[in-house]
This record gives sequence, C-alpha cells and structure tokens, in this order.
Amino acid sequence: MDILYKIFLDPFVQMAGAPDLLLQTLWEGLVGGVLYALIALGFVLIFKASGVFNFAQGIMVVFAALTLVGLYGVLTGFGISNQHVAAFIALGLTVGVMFLLALGIEKLVLRPLVNQPDIILFMATFGLTYVLIGVGELIFGGDPKIMITDQLFLPRGSYDWQVFGGFVSFQYIDIAAAIIASAMVAGLAVFFSKTRIGRALRAVADSHKAALSVGISLEQIWVIVWFASGLVALVTGIMWAARSDVSFALQIIALRALPVLILGGFTSIPGAIVGGLIIGVGEKIGEFYWGPLLGGGIESWLAYFIALVFLLFRPQGLFGEKIIERV
Amino acid sequence: MLYREAGQFKTNYVADQAIFPILQDRVGIGIILLIAFVAVPYFGDGFLLQAVMIPFLIYSLASIGLNLLTGYTGLLSLGTGAFMGVGAYACYKLTSVFPNVNILIWIVCSGFFAAAVGVLFGLPSLRIKGFYLAIATLAAQFFLQWCFVRIPWLVNYNVSNAIEVPQRKFLDMIITGPSATPIARYLIVLTIVVLMTWIASNIVHGRIGRKWMAIRDQDIAAELMGIRLLRTKLLAFAVSSFYCGVAGAMLVFLWYGGAEADTFNINQSFFVLFMVIIGGLGSLLGSYLGAALIFGLPILLRILPDMVGISVHSATIEHLSFLIVGALIIFFLIVEPHGLARMWQIAKQKLRVWPFPY
Repeated sequence: MDILYKIFLDPFVQMAGAPDLLLQTLWEGLVGGVLYALIALGFVLIFKASGVFNFAQGIMVVFAALTLVGLYGVLTGFGISNQHVAAFIALGLTVGVMFLLALGIEKLVLRPLVNQPDIILFMATFGLTYVLIGVGELIFGGDPKIMITDQLFLPRGSYDWQVFGGFVSFQYIDIAAAIIASAMVAGLAVFFSKTRIGRALRAVADSHKAALSVGISLEQIWVIVWFASGLVALVTGIMWAARSDVSFALQIIALRALPVLILGGFTSIPGAIVGGLIIGVGEKIGEFYWGPLLGGGIESWLAYFIALVFLLFRPQGLFGEKIIERV
Repeated sequence: MLYREAGQFKTNYVADQAIFPILQDRVGIGIILLIAFVAVPYFGDGFLLQAVMIPFLIYSLASIGLNLLTGYTGLLSLGTGAFMGVGAYACYKLTSVFPNVNILIWIVCSGFFAAAVGVLFGLPSLRIKGFYLAIATLAAQFFLQWCFVRIPWLVNYNVSNAIEVPQRKFLDMIITGPSATPIARYLIVLTIVVLMTWIASNIVHGRIGRKWMAIRDQDIAAELMGIRLLRTKLLAFAVSSFYCGVAGAMLVFLWYGGAEADTFNINQSFFVLFMVIIGGLGSLLGSYLGAALIFGLPILLRILPDMVGISVHSATIEHLSFLIVGALIIFFLIVEPHGLARMWQIAKQKLRVWPFPY
C-alpha cells in the first residue's frame, strides 16, 4: 500500500507543492528534448532520403564540434588576432569539412553498397562510426575540449523568473539553442517544400525508382542529405558542447536520442521534434519525481520504456507512415 | 580436383540430409577438432590459450546465439551484451547460493535465466519489426545494465560492486578462480562450445530452424502457412538468449575471472553484432569466422608494430586500430555483403572445379 502511495500520490503532491520546481524541470526537459530532437532530425533526414539507418549521426555531432574547435585553435595559432573572425572562419571551414565528409561517405561507402539489405548499410555506418572515432582521436586527441561559445557570440549566464513564490532559471544558451533549432527546422521545411532540390529530395524519399525514372540523380541527392544532416550535426554539436564540453562521451548521449526515433517514426520530421520534446520532458520528470524511488539513474532506460509503451499502440511511431505489408 | 564429390553417392535420405555430406568435409572437421582438442593445448603457450583461444571460442558461442536470432529468424537485436550479463550474474548467484553443485551445471543453467529474460524482452517483437525492434531491444540493454549496477543483491553485496569469481573444481581440477590453469579452462570452454554448436546445428537444420527461416523470409507468409509467430519468435529469443547467457557466464567465469556491470555494456552488443554480420548472417561457420576476424584484428594490430620493429605510442595504436577496424568493416561489407561464410563457399566452389573452371 505504501509503495502504491509513493508511486501514484507522492510525486503529484510534490508537483503541486512546488510549482516552480515543476516548471524548472519541465523547462530543462524541453531543452534536453530540443537537443534530442536535433539528433533525431539528422537521422530522419538520411533515413527518409536513402533508407539508411545512420548510426554514425552521434559521432558526426562529436566530429563536427571537434573540427570546429580544432580549426579555431589552428587559426588563432596562425595569428588571426580577432577571436570572432577566427571563430567564424573556422565555422565556415567546418561546414566545408562536413561537405567533404558527405561526399566521401557517398563515394566510398554508399555507392558500392547500393541495393544491399538495410542491415548491411546499417553495419556500414557502424564501420563509419569507428573510422570517425579513430580519425577524430588521431587528429584532435581524446581529451575533452571547451566549446568556443563566446567567440561565436553565443550568450551565457541565466535569467531568473520570479514565479509561484520561487524562481525558475533559464540559461540564455538554452534559449538561444531553442531559437536556433526552430530557425533551422523552419529553414529545412522551406527548403523541402519550396526549392527544386527539396522537391527532388521528397521524390526520392517517396520512391527511389520513380525518382530515378524522372531524371533525379540519386548520388547528388544523397550527398545533399548527408551534408544537410552534417550541418544539423554541427549545430547540435555546438549547442550540446556549449552546455558541457566537446568530448567523445557525446556519442553515447546520441544513443539516448534513438527512442525519439521510434516514438516519432523514422520518416517524420515533425515526429522527430515532437518525439524529442516528449522524451526530453518525460525523462526529466521521471528522473526527478520517480527516480529516487528506484534508486536513481533511471534516465538511461526510461526513454526506451516511454517509447516502447507508445509503440505497442502505434508500431510505426506517432507520425510514421502506416506500414502496409504485402505478401 | 582438391575438393570434389565425384564418386560419393548418396543412397538414402539420411545421407543426403547430412550436415557434412562430402567426405572431405568430414575429414576436415575431424582434423580441426583434433587440432583444437589435442594440438592447441599441447603446443600452445598460456598467452595463446588465455588471450586468444578462450575468448575467441566464447565470442563464437555468443555470435552463434545472436546469429540464431538475427541471421536465422531475422530479428535484429542490440541487447546481446545484456543477455550475456544475465547469464554471468545468474551463474554467480547460483554458485554462491549452492557452492557444492558442480559449476558446469550452473554455467549451463544460467542460460535458462538469460532465456527467460530474453523471452520477456522479445515480447515486443510481435508488434514491431526491423529497426524499430532493434531500438526496442536497446531498452533491454540499458535496463538490464542499470539493474546490474543498482541491485547489490546480484553481487552478494560485494564492496567492489563486481562479480568476484570463486574457486571451483571439476573432477578435482581447478577450473575457475585465479589459480585455474589456462589449459583446464580452455578444454572446458572448447567442450561446451563444440557441444552447443552441434546442438545449434541440429536445431537450424530441423523443423524449428526451417520455421525460423520461413519467418525471416516473410513472416506473414509464414503465418499463413500455419507457423505460430508468437511461439516461434519467442522460441528464437529464448534459444538465442540461452546461448548468449552461457557465453556470458563463461566469459566471466572462465576468462575474465571477475566482472562489473560495465563489462556488459552496449559495446559488447555491437561487438557481437559485428561478428555476426562480418561472418555471415544465417551461418554457424560464419559465427566462428566473424569472431576470429573481429576479435583477432585488434590483437594483431597491437602485436604487428612490435613484430615489424616500429615503436608506436600505445594510444596511437588504440586510435589507429579503431580506424582500421572501421575501415575493414566497410571494406568487407563492400567486397562481400554476405560475409566471410559466403567467401568460404565461393572458395570451396573454386576448389571444386579447379583447375578447369569451365
């Protein structure tokens, strides 16, 4: 009886008792959710266009952030005295690196593996993950680095909002992350619906064969989507690293974004965003109010359970296309 | 010339259905077993047995387990590491509660605990498929790993929060614990792995294996043919987890000699999955080849610079081996997406028609 009371009543009493804490937890969940959504977005872009489950998305985030910080170090070493100029040149160069990466992946990994079963392509992105870890550590070293937030004009500090007799604290960097993420999603949406390439992308996502038959070059499209998700990875990397630091541990956090995918559906961009927010909030609330009951640390699997519960009712995810199977 | 079946006639169905229908295969497997049971322990030194052969065999068993699920039944699982962990923790609990029962019995019994957990986490496979299922099995991975860390009862409230393998004997021979000789452990591992491979081979060649493959190829069609999906899929999860559990128990008791929760982390799952894919989905031989390649490569990369005489910083080697293993995985997938087992088949065919390929 006592345990039921603790599970079903206590947490809600706590919530009602300290609404400012609840708001704070909600906000932190949303912020975490935005970052999960961004990682999931990178997955979805590639899955939609090429049917590849890109396990390397997590390491691409790390790789992009490392490249940015590394290039900045090189540039300042070469005597570019203005920090901001150096930072933005490094940013531009990193975008270039991500493009080359996309080009290389398409040429060396995807093209030779055209028409192979999904699981083989999935495995190939595993190989890619290892290569990127190896290259990243060889060039930049494995020690954590500090993100160049100030140099990129990203704000720091926080704002305390007095409410409900307490206060809720908003980190400026989180607000910036939310704004930039929304801008990027809006940009992608416009790109997908208004431009010629965007229409080609959607055609490829619908059917590879039909797209080929109307003269769309699959190779070109794949380079573009991998580049696009490389850019998403770069933004994610900057935002995430600004809150902690740049290290290979980020790659593990990317695994936590996987439930977002099954929740939102592999092929749905709105799904990735809504799923990300649900998982982010669910995780934080669960950890904060129910975690102590179970001894803490439940963040690592709670997201998977939330996603599984949703999946039992909708096997294709919240926004996924209905799975139609033919024999 | 070297490898031909000309003149070997089969006069009954039993001979036709044999797993090794050709004389050369039977001789070959006999020689391999002879080398494994006699030559390796007789000539091999402690390093070869302890650092190469024992883990290779254990990982082969784990990849056979995963192969039964992913290769034969078509259900992608990323929870292998956790199922191995269940086996290891179950074995530790059993042998500490009943220390007088033979440890080998507990190693095999621990597989049943892993099987039960596997069935539990296999339940979603009825609703969800493909990559959705793969991520769902990650739930098992993270949840079980969390259990290993958070439930001190599992490790008998040890201060180190880790499994400490006690000393156990089999026929007056010490086989677990720090004072066990590598040869004794090697022979035990080899016997278990060979027996379980034999059982697996019989399962996949029989009625159950054919049901699994029918589900892999098209589960709706299989259902229409009267195969009960629920039972068959769960059976696949159970058998697969059983194998992984036994492999996990052996990993800790006969190789590491101790383990904490992090031993069974997600990288362990990926490691075994690599072996299955590189070795060949749906092939028992492939499980061995994959384990040899994926487990052997990093060892080779570590030894190689010393042998050539170049001194490289050890951290650099670590990074390089990541890079090289990753590149080789991609390379192998491109060269032969069906794995090393298919390569062996092609080689066999070449030998069969040599020297007149037309």
